[in-house]
Amino acid sequence: MKQFKLDWLVLPIFGVLVILGLWAACSATWAKDLPSPLKTWESSKPYILEPFAKRGEMDQGILRFTWYSLVLVAQGYALALIIGTPIGFFLGLSKGFTKTFDPIIQVLRPVSPLAWLPLGLVLFLSTGKEAGTYGALFTIAICSMWPTVLNTAVGVRAVPQDFLNVGRVLKLSRWKTLTKILIPATLPYMFTGFRLSLGIAWLVIVAAEMLTGRPGVGGFLWQEYNALIYEHIILSIITIGVVGFILDRLMSLLEQRFKSV
Amino acid sequence: MPLLEIKNVSKAFGGPPVLHAVNLSIERGEFVAIVGYSGSGKTTLISLVAGLIAPDSGTVKLNDVVVTGPGPDRGIVFQNYSLLPWLTVTENIALAVDQVFPNKSPGERAEVIARTIATVNLTPHAEKLPRQLSGGQRQRVSVARALAMDPQILLLDEPLSALDALTRATLQDEFERIWEKDKKTVVLITNDVDEALLLADRIIPLTPGPGAHLGDSVNVTLARPRDRKSLNHDPEFKRLRALVTNQLLNYGAKRRATVTKKLILPDLLPEDLDAPRTTRRRPLRPHEIKKEEVVAAS
Repeated sequence: MKQFKLDWLVLPIFGVLVILGLWAACSATWAKDLPSPLKTWESSKPYILEPFAKRGEMDQGILRFTWYSLVLVAQGYALALIIGTPIGFFLGLSKGFTKTFDPIIQVLRPVSPLAWLPLGLVLFLSTGKEAGTYGALFTIAICSMWPTVLNTAVGVRAVPQDFLNVGRVLKLSRWKTLTKILIPATLPYMFTGFRLSLGIAWLVIVAAEMLTGRPGVGGFLWQEYNALIYEHIILSIITIGVVGFILDRLMSLLEQRFKSV
Repeated sequence: MPLLEIKNVSKAFGGPPVLHAVNLSIERGEFVAIVGYSGSGKTTLISLVAGLIAPDSGTVKLNDVVVTGPGPDRGIVFQNYSLLPWLTVTENIALAVDQVFPNKSPGERAEVIARTIATVNLTPHAEKLPRQLSGGQRQRVSVARALAMDPQILLLDEPLSALDALTRATLQDEFERIWEKDKKTVVLITNDVDEALLLADRIIPLTPGPGAHLGDSVNVTLARPRDRKSLNHDPEFKRLRALVTNQLLNYGAKRRATVTKKLILPDLLPEDLDAPRTTRRRPLRPHEIKKEEVVAAS
């Protein structure tokens, strides 16, 4: 396609318009239950224009819901990084550890969040009312941990032997080798893992909220489906997408910073 | 008593031995150059002295103590600099100094660092990261790091082979100057006979591997300081150079007679990097890779 001024702005807008047109056409022809773009906007207005309003437990501004979800994601994600990074280091450093645990990691990795959540709820059954929160945290952590684990392991294995030789010649202690050589050399890989993990954590939150009925974007989506207000499903989907996109951009900015070193 | 003594050392990496029955003894203050073809086991030899790998048989002794592992008493300058890219010049050297002199005060350590950086003429670049430096400057940082540890012996593993000819000449002169100053014991691994003649007291050729061992050593009696321009016309220099070169060529002749090798080269076309990139480069699919066979035999 020929390039012109402002094409970075005009072309994406054009793309959005095409999709909006398709959407409108669908809702006007074969999918009668699909609300049209205009109807969606009308119905979503109170949620968007007063993004922090709180009218009831499941009737709040969209950014307020987003905030709830983000807080939960942040906790689960932090948990994933705290557990995942050391596991990654062990995997990268020790062949024995890899042989022992790699098969089980490969088996656990593809398990869907929807499958983990009930187990999480069962695990924290004794906490009563909080079981939903802990179950959700457990699910987010265990699902989003794997990219961090695997990327860290790859990064540790990719540390040039020369750097390690420098450490050996200087007789650096294990701790110093870790902090002065291994961690700085692995950081770019770790951040790639962190970014992928965050993406998964955000995917999982929606599923977790839908099943536990917690207030949040995902919970809101499921509730509005049950309440037959289909416009809000679309509002939630768009919100989830935009937030996910922004999170990914932010992480990749961070990643670039560490890559350049 | 020699400072460094290598006795009957052999080393193999699974296949035929890389080094076989290597013997070497180096006196304190000596500058020894080991010259040999690439792939003849020079780096293996220096790694053994550094303690980075252990010999299969035989012993490496430093000060009559058997070397069992790496240590800061043997400063090593790696072929590819091995600077930590996330640390500045000062920090790279500080890592070594802090580790080797934990008993000195921070002020004294800073002084040692500044002094070694000055020795290699890098004071203006002290706060730069390695990627902001040229290849020659990086190698000087690497030398400074090794010097800062104040090792008993300095091991230089083809320190200049990755540099262009002009930078190499400058650094050779600088090495000579630094060595004149504190007369450290140095083992220089190189494939450049002129470099060895310019710097060393003694040159030892390494026969080509597999099963490499050290040939007869040649004493370099040229007066110091050696000036590269006048050396070119020095009859003694010419004689030594012919001697060492012939020795190496003889080894090479023996090798050529025994080795036949079939090389398979990928069919690559040089790419014009200045041409504007119109489409994204696509990785070659396996069936698109063409192979060309070149038979390199005697």
